[in-house]
Amino acid sequence: MTTAPHRLDPADARNAAREVRKRRLQAFLFVVPLLIFIVFAFVAPITTMLFRSVHNPTVANLVPDTLAALDDWSGETTPDETVLIQFASDMKRMANDRTSGQLADEINRALPGMSSVVKSTARSLRRVEDTEIAANGASLLLEANDRWADPATWHALRSAGQVYSSSYYLTSVDLERKADGSIAQRDTQIYVKLYIKTLRMALIITVLTIVLGYPLAFFMAQASDGLANFLMVFVLLPFWTSLLVRTTAWIALLQTNGVVNSTLMAIGVIDQPLELLYTEFSTIIAMTHILLPFMVLPLYAVMRGIDQSFMRAAISMGSRPLGAWYRIFLPMSLPGLSAGALLVFIISVGYYITPALVGGTDGQMISNIIAFHMQQSNNWELAAALGSLLLVLILLLYWLFDRLVGADNIKLG
Amino acid sequence: MKRFPEYYSFWHYSGHYALRVVAFLVLVFLMLPILVIMPLSFNSEPFFTFTEGMLSLDPDAYSLRWYQEILDDQKWQLAIRNSFAVGIAAALIATTLGTLAAVGLSSPWMPYKRLITALLLSPMIVPLIIIAAGMFFFYTRFNLVGTFTGLIIAHAALGVPFVIITVTATLSGFDRSLFSAGLSLGAQPVKVFWDIVIPLIRPGVIAGGLFAFVTSFDEVVLVLFLAGPEQRTIPRQMFSGLREQINPTILAVATLLVVLSATLLFTLEALRRRSARLSGSA
Amino acid sequence: MKKHLTLLATLALTASPVVAQDLTVTSFGGAYGAAQKEHMIDPFVAETGTNILFEDYGGGIAEMKAQVEAGNIQWDVVDIEVIDLERACAEGYLEVIDQSTLPDGDDGTPAADDFIEDALANECGVGNIVWSVVFAVNTENGPGPQTIAEFFDTEAFPGKRGLRKRPQVNMEWALIADGVAREDVYDLLSTEEGQARAFEKLDTIKEDIVWYDSWSQAPVLLNDGGAQMVQSANGRIFAAIQDDGAPFSIVWDSHVYDLDVWAIMKGTPNKDKAMEFIQFATRTVPLSGMQDVAYGPTRRSAQALLPESVKQDLPTAHLEEGLKADGIFWADFGESLGEKFNEWLLQ
Repeated sequence: MTTAPHRLDPADARNAAREVRKRRLQAFLFVVPLLIFIVFAFVAPITTMLFRSVHNPTVANLVPDTLAALDDWSGETTPDETVLIQFASDMKRMANDRTSGQLADEINRALPGMSSVVKSTARSLRRVEDTEIAANGASLLLEANDRWADPATWHALRSAGQVYSSSYYLTSVDLERKADGSIAQRDTQIYVKLYIKTLRMALIITVLTIVLGYPLAFFMAQASDGLANFLMVFVLLPFWTSLLVRTTAWIALLQTNGVVNSTLMAIGVIDQPLELLYTEFSTIIAMTHILLPFMVLPLYAVMRGIDQSFMRAAISMGSRPLGAWYRIFLPMSLPGLSAGALLVFIISVGYYITPALVGGTDGQMISNIIAFHMQQSNNWELAAALGSLLLVLILLLYWLFDRLVGADNIKLG
Repeated sequence: MKRFPEYYSFWHYSGHYALRVVAFLVLVFLMLPILVIMPLSFNSEPFFTFTEGMLSLDPDAYSLRWYQEILDDQKWQLAIRNSFAVGIAAALIATTLGTLAAVGLSSPWMPYKRLITALLLSPMIVPLIIIAAGMFFFYTRFNLVGTFTGLIIAHAALGVPFVIITVTATLSGFDRSLFSAGLSLGAQPVKVFWDIVIPLIRPGVIAGGLFAFVTSFDEVVLVLFLAGPEQRTIPRQMFSGLREQINPTILAVATLLVVLSATLLFTLEALRRRSARLSGSA
Repeated sequence: MKKHLTLLATLALTASPVVAQDLTVTSFGGAYGAAQKEHMIDPFVAETGTNILFEDYGGGIAEMKAQVEAGNIQWDVVDIEVIDLERACAEGYLEVIDQSTLPDGDDGTPAADDFIEDALANECGVGNIVWSVVFAVNTENGPGPQTIAEFFDTEAFPGKRGLRKRPQVNMEWALIADGVAREDVYDLLSTEEGQARAFEKLDTIKEDIVWYDSWSQAPVLLNDGGAQMVQSANGRIFAAIQDDGAPFSIVWDSHVYDLDVWAIMKGTPNKDKAMEFIQFATRTVPLSGMQDVAYGPTRRSAQALLPESVKQDLPTAHLEEGLKADGIFWADFGESLGEKFNEWLLQ
């Protein structure tokens, strides 16, 4: 700094500004390669998923002409002949391209039972001459299956033909759009329940990790350096051990003939093995075990930094240990507690592997149903919608905890 | 016997011992499942349970057959090779890019620091199932699904946050004036980076790399969605084993993995101490 | 550091000498997979020197769809249930197979006459086995239930029931146990009332059900006491009785039978090799080897090779007690019933 603080030479100011820009650019350049990589490898995929949850061009690409012809349809009756003929010729083309199955799948989602109607119609139109379809397409279609006369069928086709649609989000909160455009509850109520169940399980797991983790961290924080470091090994070793290994261990412990059952039977507590594995109980206990280090580590880090003399002073002045802990230590350890709780809760809400392996039917969480729609039912758009909701939930939780707990800390500190 | 202050009452004593007992029980809860699988992996029977013979320490009840089975099984061989190859490659990418970025992020001049840090750390917070679904949709367009390249990129992205966290932590104890001094003496930034910065933050870089490696080595959800049969890894092989035919080969693999993680843990601990020493002297 | 990096990079490169496989064949694993390996895969490898990666999957068409849509074909040949074949073929996930290139039976019968009628019914597949979903009982504590109705009777026959976690077969059995005639099952299941009735019947045993995900878990559950009786592919129980002397018995009442076929993934670069494998695997002798797991071969010439003692254990000996799985019904209702089934599980 060459000039007096109250007066800045314009040339120097320019130089300084240039220097700042240069340094900012320099710092930024270090980050650029990773930024490009993360945008390609991570951000773009997440964006694609968000897009996919509202975008499904399959039907629109398969039968564009039929959909265009349907634009003028009143929706009350069977569409007129031009629509039917157009659709009959589309069906013939699809039967020969082997794409009729894709249409069948999509319409079936909107109206169960349509799959066989589409497929059998495609089969019967496959070998018909084009001129014959142009002349008698409508009657051929109605002959192949009388459900083509039903307006509901065409509503299903039209709604499946929307390129952009909110229907997957509606489904993922157990709603549907009726033919008249109103929104109503679906017959099957499943996903909202599952979200609630997932949150409930994550909450139980978080509470359990606090109940188990807090005393341990408290004890370690008060122990001598040597003992604390020694005990830390027993927290870190599970932490570093493969997730699959720990899940395997719980299967070995909890299965019908497993270690827990045989021990209990050997000492005569029970005479029939308990059903422990493949239940909500096994999911919760295995996940508590797996996530416990995520609670202990931040708690310990914070507690270690708390001056023990406050507690000693309070106790020496006659406070009961619990009272002293509640009034002095607990508030000071809250940052660690909230960090741990936040971490455990967020991780458990999106957990997949452990529920998939030990959860059986009761222990399934929202991630498992997303995987189910990705891998079993092939309803990728619904999986994307459910995943997007989960993502929003996670980000919301993250923000909420950051705001609430963070704000509280300032007041207490 | 520990001596207590004179003002301790009955409540203080009992509280003190109760805490010890609880802490001990929690540690047992943490360690027992991992310890239980080790002897089970030497079971000579194809079960997941302790047999009578094992409990009476009959040497015939123990065998190495499940370890032999790992060596004989072509699929486990493939899985082991793949896990190391993918893990090392992913860790290299994550460490290289992550270290560079951490240097930039810990500069006081870094623009949009909060936002960019949040973005780069987000692979740690977003549930794996969401990442897996998104990557499946997106990587499909580039024919990356079912290839080693795709899997390595995916795993590298997961490892990045760990590298950033460890390296940034090391850098916070690093005197930036050394960097400026190097620059002001006329050296190229790249040269300053290699000759001054890297040697000082090396423990943090290696720790980050190990974290990234373990993240990939232990990861199974992305493998389930993105990998084909030829990219099968150890966790993937364990996953299908646990879902289908449960046999003690999985326990033998699990035991080996525990030994491996113990080794990694002690390596990291050594690194941490070294790092503490270095920053203490800096 | 540079040195370390180079070292690591070299390690990474040398550690991945992944041998490219000539052919990836995917099937259902377990005892069935072992029989296919012994009678189809290994002899083919020995004869042609082809490298085969023999993979397991759990059935369904999802993985095929994913591969075809991703444009990255990882499987070449796949063993598929006829319930899924209809859909996979119509949706374009499978190659059309030129059935005229299938070799004659070893006794000289032309392929078209040698295969049983359902085996070549779909142009995308070549029949492999006739198999069946039965229930099996652990007889250590008595003979157990003998009919589907008794399987649903938890008072007379207490204990856990292992069922595969999907609506298929469970819905059919629930109606049969509720007194519906076998030939009416699928008609009734096409209606709301029929579906509700099936779920009501399943409700009566819900507390006693242990759900599992893949066929290979069924004999394990029965063996380790996880269930007293399980639903299973008949071959898995047969293998457990035959090879391990397990105290199981198979109940054929209202078994649901189906075919498995070999098919070729659409767009595989190894189509010729895949076809060569299918021609080999569906010859008379390899097919007759499926008797190891009590699955009926789909060639008459192969059935003729089976000893009388084996025939009674095959689904084909019990067709009149059984119900043919309806692929078209499940193509229509698989998804909607799957959703209702999941909802019912959560209740």
